[in-house]
Amino acid sequence: MTRQVLVIEDEPNIAEAISFILSRDGWSVSTHASGTTAVQAVRDAKPDVLILDVMLPGKSGYDILQDLRSADDTRALPVLMLTARGQKTDRELAERLGVNRFMTKPFSNSEMLTNLRELVGG
Amino acid sequence: MRSPREPLFLARQSYRRRRIEDAARLLPLLGVVLFLLPLMVGGAIGSVRVAFVFSSWFFLILSAFVLARHLGRDAGQRPTGSQSAPDGPSDDPAGPR
Amino acid sequence: MLTFNTLVGVCLLYVIMLFVVAFVADKRARRSKVRFLTSPMIYTLSLSVYCTAWTFYGAVGNAARSGLEYVTIYLGPTLVMIGWWWFLRKLVRVGRSQRVTSIADLVSSRYGKSNLLGVLVTLIAVIGTTPYIALQLQSVTLSFAVFARDRSAGWVIPDLEQTAIWVAGGLALFTILFGTRNLDVNERHHGVVTAIAVEAVVKLVALMAVGIFVVWGIGGGAQGISAAMEQAIQAAPEGAWSLQGGRWVGLTFLSAAAFLTLPRMFQVLVVENVDERQLATASWAFPLYLFLMSLFVIPIAVVGLAILPKGENPDLFVLTLPLYFEQDGLAMLAFLGGFSSATSMVIVASIALATMVSNHIIMPIWLSTRLGVGASEYRDARQILLSARRLSIVGILALGYFYYRISGGGAALAAIGLISFAGVAQVLPAMAGGLFWRGASRSGAVAGLITGFAIWAYTLFLPSFGEAGVMSAAMLADGPWGIAALRPQALFGVDGLDPVVHALFWSLILNCAVFVLISLLSFPSPLERLQAAQFVNVLDHSGPTRGRSFNAATSEDLLVMAQQIMGSDQAQAWFQAQAEQQGKQGYLPDTTPDFIGRLERELSGLVGTATAHAMIAQILGGATVSVDDLLAVADETQQMLEQTSQMEAKQLELTTTARQLSEVNEKLTQLSIQKDAFLSQISHELRTPMTSIRAFSEILRDGGADDPEAAARHASIIHDESVRLTRLLDDLLDLSVLENGQVQLYPRREVVRDVLDRAIAATSSVIDQEKMHIHRNRSDEGIALYTDTDRLAQVFINLISNAAKYCDAKDKRLAIRVRQRGGRLQVDFVDNGSGVPLESQSMIFEKFSRLSDQAAAGGAGLGLAICREIMDKLDGSITYLPGQSGAAFRVTLPIGTHSPFGRTSSLGINHL
Repeated sequence: MTRQVLVIEDEPNIAEAISFILSRDGWSVSTHASGTTAVQAVRDAKPDVLILDVMLPGKSGYDILQDLRSADDTRALPVLMLTARGQKTDRELAERLGVNRFMTKPFSNSEMLTNLRELVGG
Repeated sequence: MRSPREPLFLARQSYRRRRIEDAARLLPLLGVVLFLLPLMVGGAIGSVRVAFVFSSWFFLILSAFVLARHLGRDAGQRPTGSQSAPDGPSDDPAGPR
Repeated sequence: MLTFNTLVGVCLLYVIMLFVVAFVADKRARRSKVRFLTSPMIYTLSLSVYCTAWTFYGAVGNAARSGLEYVTIYLGPTLVMIGWWWFLRKLVRVGRSQRVTSIADLVSSRYGKSNLLGVLVTLIAVIGTTPYIALQLQSVTLSFAVFARDRSAGWVIPDLEQTAIWVAGGLALFTILFGTRNLDVNERHHGVVTAIAVEAVVKLVALMAVGIFVVWGIGGGAQGISAAMEQAIQAAPEGAWSLQGGRWVGLTFLSAAAFLTLPRMFQVLVVENVDERQLATASWAFPLYLFLMSLFVIPIAVVGLAILPKGENPDLFVLTLPLYFEQDGLAMLAFLGGFSSATSMVIVASIALATMVSNHIIMPIWLSTRLGVGASEYRDARQILLSARRLSIVGILALGYFYYRISGGGAALAAIGLISFAGVAQVLPAMAGGLFWRGASRSGAVAGLITGFAIWAYTLFLPSFGEAGVMSAAMLADGPWGIAALRPQALFGVDGLDPVVHALFWSLILNCAVFVLISLLSFPSPLERLQAAQFVNVLDHSGPTRGRSFNAATSEDLLVMAQQIMGSDQAQAWFQAQAEQQGKQGYLPDTTPDFIGRLERELSGLVGTATAHAMIAQILGGATVSVDDLLAVADETQQMLEQTSQMEAKQLELTTTARQLSEVNEKLTQLSIQKDAFLSQISHELRTPMTSIRAFSEILRDGGADDPEAAARHASIIHDESVRLTRLLDDLLDLSVLENGQVQLYPRREVVRDVLDRAIAATSSVIDQEKMHIHRNRSDEGIALYTDTDRLAQVFINLISNAAKYCDAKDKRLAIRVRQRGGRLQVDFVDNGSGVPLESQSMIFEKFSRLSDQAAAGGAGLGLAICREIMDKLDGSITYLPGQSGAAFRVTLPIGTHSPFGRTSSLGINHL
């Protein structure tokens, strides 16, 4: 069975890049660009793993993560966070909120794949 | 080691300018003294004292004219006229308008 | 032979000429040809509103009665003018930097923008000035009467009151027409000022013509005058020609004080002032004017005394001497001189008073009636304000007229000049104290003003109505209830002084004493202290200093600040140690981020984190609040905290103060947060395109997509994102070059229409894409500019493409309106979207302040910041216009001179 991944990213080009890399690796990828409706999108898509950007229109990635962690059905969902603001404080905040992996943009494609595979226990 | 902060002497020009500012501050005091002098002499006023008041008055006007020519030149351009050392070529649009 | 009709005819012609002069000047001003209008000479001449009819006619009368004493009225202003460097310069600078509209406004603004003070000063000014206006009406009617008497065969003088009412009405009309044409106080009353300048020339020429005629025509030259003077001294009553020390000094001081505080003088000296060069010229030219005005006064007086019949009113010698010798033309000129003196005073005084009355009395009342209504309800405020000004002018002139009617003219009115001076001089302690003493407080100013005013009224104003007035003869002689110490003209037993000097002495001494005492005892609010710092230190840090860039932030500034907080020795030692660590000698390390972080920590221990952060951010960022002001606030915060622990009793007061301070602090903290956000933003903006580039280039490296179409698309994304990256870097570079001022401008002549055409052509793709309609009025756009039009077009392009991108209306429309207002070009860009929310309006010109994270819109959020810098360099500005139909931006810049030379330096070109 192919693994499901949901990418929440508002920059279309970055979303496209991630989709391409993951699809080629055999993942089933869906994308979502808005922060406001992101949590609902996670519920609908029920992915195996989530890639989450921080700076999103409407609602920040941190808020989304907090919501996911406080709901029973999404508490255990593995989350890989991406941010372009890679300061130490950002990483610390994400870790406090219960992120599983944290990557700074720009990232290496292979590193991302490794991270994802680890997250779904591959 | 000498501190590079304190310039030992100001440029000649800004030194001169500050002395002119001093003079401008002192001029009204001189005026007060000149205008008080006629009081020091008793009795009715004659032509001499009238002439004195008017000529010292005119002298003050002349002095103010000379000072204003020096001060006014920069007053129009540099608003502060403070003694800050020249800080390189100024990019500010000149002066208030 | 002069007939009444000729006289009235000449008068009318003269008035019409004044109308024309004012009209032409106003017109020139609106076509921005202000060079002549703002020349120092016009300014100097306008100051001559000081010389009213009271001085024009009265000086000769005064000289005939008490000799040389009349010059004191001119010597005071002379001393003030030649001492401009330490008083007037500061006053004018404060007036300009605080946008002061009147003397009431100055005092109110200095003491924490207190309206109570504004009202108080306005009332004093109205009470002090109304009788003075009456005096001018009287002098005009009296001079009419002189002609009537001397030519009684020819014509009968109509009712004197009739004359006065015509004069008052005409003046009201003139003042309303030219004094309330515009509201913006920065646009000065060019028409009025020019007319006043013309009147000044007429006054001077008239008096000098009469003087020359008297000296060389009938007086027998200098020798003859000298002889006539000795004769007059012989004939005068004992002591009339000796100088009385008290009056000599007192009146000189009084006239100097009044010169600064009379509402009309404040109007021409400060409000109408355009730059300091005007003041520099006036510093000698105005004393010269006064000198010439007084030069022939004694000759006219002594010749008049010698030749004219006994009992002739010396106050009118200027008119009666030429008439006596049948010099009708000269008499006519003298009449016009007196007429000019009267009218110019009344016009300027009523403008000044109307501004004060409408701003401090009528508008506050009007505003209080509409508490709680939305901002849109204030649309008609402008119209209300104009009507308030006009009504005030009419009211003030009517008041003057009724005062004249009720007082019945005569000698009682003639004495009012000095009384009026002494009344307005009560404002001097509050004004001078406010300019030079930071400790001067609102309570002190209020108490001082009330004290001085009350004593003035009690010792001088009320007694001036004579025994028939408010005070009975018994009260004047024995004091109220027979208490001798309270006799109005011999307060506390001081009875050796002339009444005017006596009143001046007591009112000002007690005014100052109360003002100082209460100031020492009271505790001003933070706002008051901030204003105090800005007023007192105006010469240290005013002028166009904004946008100090990061590089230019010298560690010297930081050292100066640190010294204040840490103490000199400690700060110097610390800085030296830091410099040594960097391998430098001396006290000034490089301002590396590391150093700044450490300094901030060091200071935090002393003043608290937020304050330290804000202070440093302030020095590095350079905002409108000066370092000195910050220091003042921070300094006093600490003192206040200590006091809290000491005095539990004052807790309540301190809580309020602390809250106000924390508001200030909050604002400063916000500024510094912005600074941090800037770096974080740069990182984000650079990393985002880089992410796509790296991801896709790795894809390509690893073999790329199998589908050639997809592969091509990936390559084009890499290309697009690198273009985006380049554009961002370009913008950043552009901004930093602009901010550091190392930009070369290429000014040239071009019509606004062409610049707009270019900008629209450059943005046509985004306009088409967003389907935006642009509305222009091409016929308004034919204004020729001399500036760097390429840079200007860059600003326009930014605004147009912003409108296209961010306007959220369904049917996007953008209106571009071009206007010329007084030498400056205004271009408004108004779209029909929902506009910028109020809380963001102050931030949009900051770097990276994109309102929402609409990265899709493509810009990096630097556009408006760049626009602001460009406009700054072009000597113009860009502002957000709130309250329009949508987002609205206004670009303003000088039209520039036509000459390709000479202007360049003031365009801010760096000759490197």
